[in-house]
Amino acid sequence: MTKIVVAVKYVPDATADRTFSADNTVDRVGVDGLLSELDEYAVEQALQVVEAGEGEVVVLTVGPDDAADAVRKALQMGADSGIHVSDEAIHGSDAFATSAVLAKAIEKVGDYDLLFFGMASTDGGLGVVPTLVAERLGLPAVTFASEITVDGDTVKIRRDGDVATQEIEATGKVVVSVTDQTGEARYPSFKGIMAAKKKPVEEWSLADLGLDAGSVGLDAAWSQVQSFEPRPARTAGEIVTDEGDGGAKLVEFLASKKFV
Amino acid sequence: MTEVLVLIDAPDGKVTKPSLELLTIARRIGEPSAIVFGAADNGVLAEYGAEKIYTYDDAAYGEFLVGPKAEAIAQLVTETSPAAVLVGASAEGKEISARVALKTEAGWIGDAVDVQADGGTITTTQSVFAGNFTVQSQVTQGAPVISVKPNSTAPEAAAGAGAVEAKTADISDAAKGAKITSSKEKAASGRPELTEAAIVVSGGRGTGGDFTEVEAFADSLGAAVGASRAAVDSGWYPHSFQVGQTGKTVSPQLYVANGISGAIQHRAGMQTSKTIIAVNKDDEAPIFELVDFGVVGDLKAVLPQATDEVKKRKG
Repeated sequence: MTKIVVAVKYVPDATADRTFSADNTVDRVGVDGLLSELDEYAVEQALQVVEAGEGEVVVLTVGPDDAADAVRKALQMGADSGIHVSDEAIHGSDAFATSAVLAKAIEKVGDYDLLFFGMASTDGGLGVVPTLVAERLGLPAVTFASEITVDGDTVKIRRDGDVATQEIEATGKVVVSVTDQTGEARYPSFKGIMAAKKKPVEEWSLADLGLDAGSVGLDAAWSQVQSFEPRPARTAGEIVTDEGDGGAKLVEFLASKKFV
Repeated sequence: MTEVLVLIDAPDGKVTKPSLELLTIARRIGEPSAIVFGAADNGVLAEYGAEKIYTYDDAAYGEFLVGPKAEAIAQLVTETSPAAVLVGASAEGKEISARVALKTEAGWIGDAVDVQADGGTITTTQSVFAGNFTVQSQVTQGAPVISVKPNSTAPEAAAGAGAVEAKTADISDAAKGAKITSSKEKAASGRPELTEAAIVVSGGRGTGGDFTEVEAFADSLGAAVGASRAAVDSGWYPHSFQVGQTGKTVSPQLYVANGISGAIQHRAGMQTSKTIIAVNKDDEAPIFELVDFGVVGDLKAVLPQATDEVKKRKG
């Protein structure tokens, strides 16, 4: 029996006009959201580990009401049950506070074997929540996995870094972060979509986790956004059609900008 | 002046350009102190302003992922009370710095593209949502731990004392959980590293799977080569060269997109480039909305001519 908790994030759709709210936090209400694409790979890998033997996949999210959509998507893909931590006080939490909430929720689950995460979210994209959760729980973290092998209580991963390809292993309860190189994530089948409706999803508040509301959220953060501004729109550049001289014109432009 | 700790990346002892950028940024805040795990070219560190060089020599730093390094740096922060800690925004750099911030209960900034100091106040700039917004932040608790993206400033030499101080740290067993059992260096391409390069030339679906023209043009300019997700997913180019939301984010002086339509996935990784050029057969490709200069045409014809022209001009 392998019990894997997969932490997933509900993010604003990258193809929508993502923006901020008046309190300098990411607008998670006015913009349509979905399960972060990079988390689908983590769900997929967890399902593959469990399908190769016996076990269950629990999907965990921290986020506003709509974040239930991210849990549902993972259940449709095949996860067995869900946990949705939601609390007004969590609003504005940064990666550090989020990792604190996740760590408490994971402790409450208790009898897990492995923790899977996507390599990063598609909104904040910083990729540090897995390492922070591991730090808080005192667990080893094998991060940015391109390939995952679970053998007894040992997890081995391959990491394709920029300068080297590494094999990394850890034993016991291990945090694994999964890249999109692990292979395509499955689409929910019709059967999966129907089955997901009957799967249990628990709703937990901060009180359920024994966390003080003042320890998370915008005001508790150790860093603060002072201001945000949209990037000035790029002014339309010069477009030429190649009539046998496109390459030469391109280099003329490069020369005018002193690149050659 | 207070110390600013700078984590140096020096594979095989050679200090990377992003590390020199960090030393340059550190001088805006205080006196740079380099942190070196293993060995680095200390002469170069001093040349770029390192007043002190803290060296750590323990096999654990190379045998395990980030845990031991994070513990050593956190202990150094407690010992030296620096004004800030600067770390490169590589995957490893972000993991180390985030853990240092958590251990020292200090605010952390990820992927800063600029760091400015005004008196004692440090303000960082980040580029978010695919470069569509810039965000300015300040740390409200502890010595700011900031991970800084490559190309955030130009490295400037300024002599420092470069006093070497060998340090040891107490490494817990818990930090030694993720063991690196093998490491194979990738063959060097001879081209600049993608995220550090001043010029990036990339190819997409329009290459039809053949990057010959893209690579030749890149080499004429001394540029790094990148690829779109479509090209990587088709198996035409390795994933480590992918520019975009699920790949690398680059911000070079010049970005040349060839046969790339400019989907949001790709734009997320390149639209903060200073100058953007595109070559594409489709005059309605969204990439043309971003460009400073565009050529509507076949890259198979345009790039070889451009490559010859660059070579001619460079003599």
